[in-house]
Amino acid sequence: MRRAGPLISMTAIAAIAWSSSSFAAEATPTEKDALVAARAVRLSEKLRCLVCQNQTIADSNAELAQDLRRQIHEQIAAGKTDDEIVAYMVARYGDFVLYQPPVKSTTMLLWAGPALLLIGGFAGLVHLVRARRTEAETPPLTDEERDRAARLLGGDGGKDLA
Amino acid sequence: MNKKRLIPLGIFLVLCGFLLAGLWRDPREVPSPLIGKPAPPFTLARLHEPAKSLGPADLKGQVWLLNVWASWCVSCRDEHPLLVELARAKIVPIVGLDYKDDSTAGKRWLADNGDPYTVSVMDGDGRVGIDWGVYGVPETFVVDKAGVIRYKQIGPLTAEALEKKIVPLIRELQKS
Repeated sequence: MRRAGPLISMTAIAAIAWSSSSFAAEATPTEKDALVAARAVRLSEKLRCLVCQNQTIADSNAELAQDLRRQIHEQIAAGKTDDEIVAYMVARYGDFVLYQPPVKSTTMLLWAGPALLLIGGFAGLVHLVRARRTEAETPPLTDEERDRAARLLGGDGGKDLA
Repeated sequence: MNKKRLIPLGIFLVLCGFLLAGLWRDPREVPSPLIGKPAPPFTLARLHEPAKSLGPADLKGQVWLLNVWASWCVSCRDEHPLLVELARAKIVPIVGLDYKDDSTAGKRWLADNGDPYTVSVMDGDGRVGIDWGVYGVPETFVVDKAGVIRYKQIGPLTAEALEKKIVPLIRELQKS
């Protein structure tokens, strides 16, 4: 229990600091507007524009993107959370609107793919290196082979070569 | 050793398979999450009688089409003759959603090109379009008797899509 003490008080301080900072931000209207704008930008950077598919709603100037930015602003003003706004977009346009696809059974390969490729590649590399190493280690000559080599090299077991 | 040499070829063939499949897929066609879901409700003023409104609730009990169009939409001109023909066959009521359009321009466009719509409604600011997940006009939805979206055509209707998918689907839904 004693050990948990500092941790609890630190969490409490952090929580108070966090909440008071958010209260402070909401106190003055100009800062609140800035917060709303920042939230809207952050959200629209997560969402894909379906008209020009390689741009986010934040980047795109397509009319649909403008309309969707307006929707985001309105929903923030209406007090919706980020998750609720994202869910609103997904309900209408599907997971495709999310730049970061959700982890689901259908997207498992997408998420696990890079890791699987890395593991596969590493396994392949290890296999290759091991194969090379056994190839490089030439087995010692048998007595028969040594005799034959000696004969070829000069007849008397190659001793005078040494 | 020979078998090992075939591995890169195998990988290459698999890659080719994926690329080949990709040739027949349109990246602009994003499957709608709304298929199988109730049609998003709306109450919009009619294009020709702004005092009167219409919404999916008024069409419950019958199979109907919602065609999203606009006078500024170029590819709507491609599909328009097919819609006029479909309307003439009187198979199904066609509701037109005039998306982000000016009502005067919309009315003139219909007067010039023919009006296949049982009723057209005005979605001037595109909010209903967003609720229906519209992102590329024209789009066409098939709604069943219970008010559930059963099919969505993204982009202009084609004679093939009408004959092979949409009309058979409408007939089947009308039977049930």
